[in-house]
Amino acid sequence: MLTTNEIWQALEVVKDPEIPTLSMVDMGIITKVEIRGESNVYVEMTPTFTGCPAIKMMENMVSDRLKEIGITTVEVITTFDKPWDSNKLTARGLICLKKHGLAPPVKHEGEITQDLLAHVECPFCGSKNTEMKSPFGPTLCRSMHYCNDCLQAFEGFKPVV
Amino acid sequence: MNHIKELLYKMADDLLILGHRNSEWTGLGPILEEDIAFSSMAQDKIGQSQTLFQLLHDLGEQEPDTVAFTRNANQFHNAIITELPNMDYAFSIMRHFLYDTADQLRFDMLANSSYEPLAKVARKVKGELKYHVFHANTWVKKLGNATEESHARMQTALNEIWDDALGLFEESTFEEQLIKEGVFVGEVELKNRWLAIISPILSDSMLTIPHESTWKPNIGGRVGKHTEHLQPLLDEMSEVFKIDPTAEW
Repeated sequence: MLTTNEIWQALEVVKDPEIPTLSMVDMGIITKVEIRGESNVYVEMTPTFTGCPAIKMMENMVSDRLKEIGITTVEVITTFDKPWDSNKLTARGLICLKKHGLAPPVKHEGEITQDLLAHVECPFCGSKNTEMKSPFGPTLCRSMHYCNDCLQAFEGFKPVV
Repeated sequence: MNHIKELLYKMADDLLILGHRNSEWTGLGPILEEDIAFSSMAQDKIGQSQTLFQLLHDLGEQEPDTVAFTRNANQFHNAIITELPNMDYAFSIMRHFLYDTADQLRFDMLANSSYEPLAKVARKVKGELKYHVFHANTWVKKLGNATEESHARMQTALNEIWDDALGLFEESTFEEQLIKEGVFVGEVELKNRWLAIISPILSDSMLTIPHESTWKPNIGGRVGKHTEHLQPLLDEMSEVFKIDPTAEW
């Protein structure tokens, strides 16, 4: 029988559908894994944003992955019991975001202010001489920025409380 | 539970209807970033409304899709401000500012609600709405202080929409019960806090709130009395759903 640790490890290959370098585990959206019996696993997830259209798809991806490693009964539910916030991204998750060309979210201390978003570090050249062009981007979890040093537009992953 | 259902319905309907109005800017925004901003806010709001409809479903109401797509205008509880057509960009930005500031406050307050399922959702949603408010504040200040024309259009929008904005705080017949049970602090308290927040931002933007003696809150939306603008919106929104209500998406 698999251990909870092995289940977590198995889930590390399930990637965010929008950011193929980032696993859902590193994203911090899988909040609970529970073995409920021989070949019976229960998983809780929580979305980055309430309106995220990928929730159903991600539930299915988790379920498919666990079936792939031989679990026959899988229950995946999405709850707000432990809501996601951007500090839940793992250190590896932050590196993965950068690799994908996305500025990782600034660590917050319980409050998001406009100042926190004003000079996000450019994921290409590392400069902080940047400005936010819009708090909205191609997906709900991203904002749009411009680097005045390397003259590149880039996207940032929004900090969320 | 009727008091909680009523609260959830009006919040969910506000989000659904304004979410739909926001989506009407998709492809038509004055600049690309704004097109994306209104489309993103639409997605946020419709997602948030779905979550509230799910809470209603947990309380015995019908499925979220059924509730969203099969009611007629007189069964909707949204405030009138949310159903008005987009008009020009100044109007859309002003509505966005007045509504989203109120909504963020509402969810902030509900994060401490004694009704735990709603409190959980509110703790999440309030963080998302922060970005809507940032966006609104930026544009109100920018347009209020830019050219004579942009300022004039923003002031006109504020004058036109003010009474509709006050309609957001139409009191429910369950007001007392909601307050007493600690579910929600009530519309009066919400309105006072809202006024305290929007007033300095508007004055920084050189915009003037109409004189209090002229205020006539445009109420009725919460009890299903709507303008002629709501039914066509609902017809359009539910057009695809109604072709095949049992379709799997």
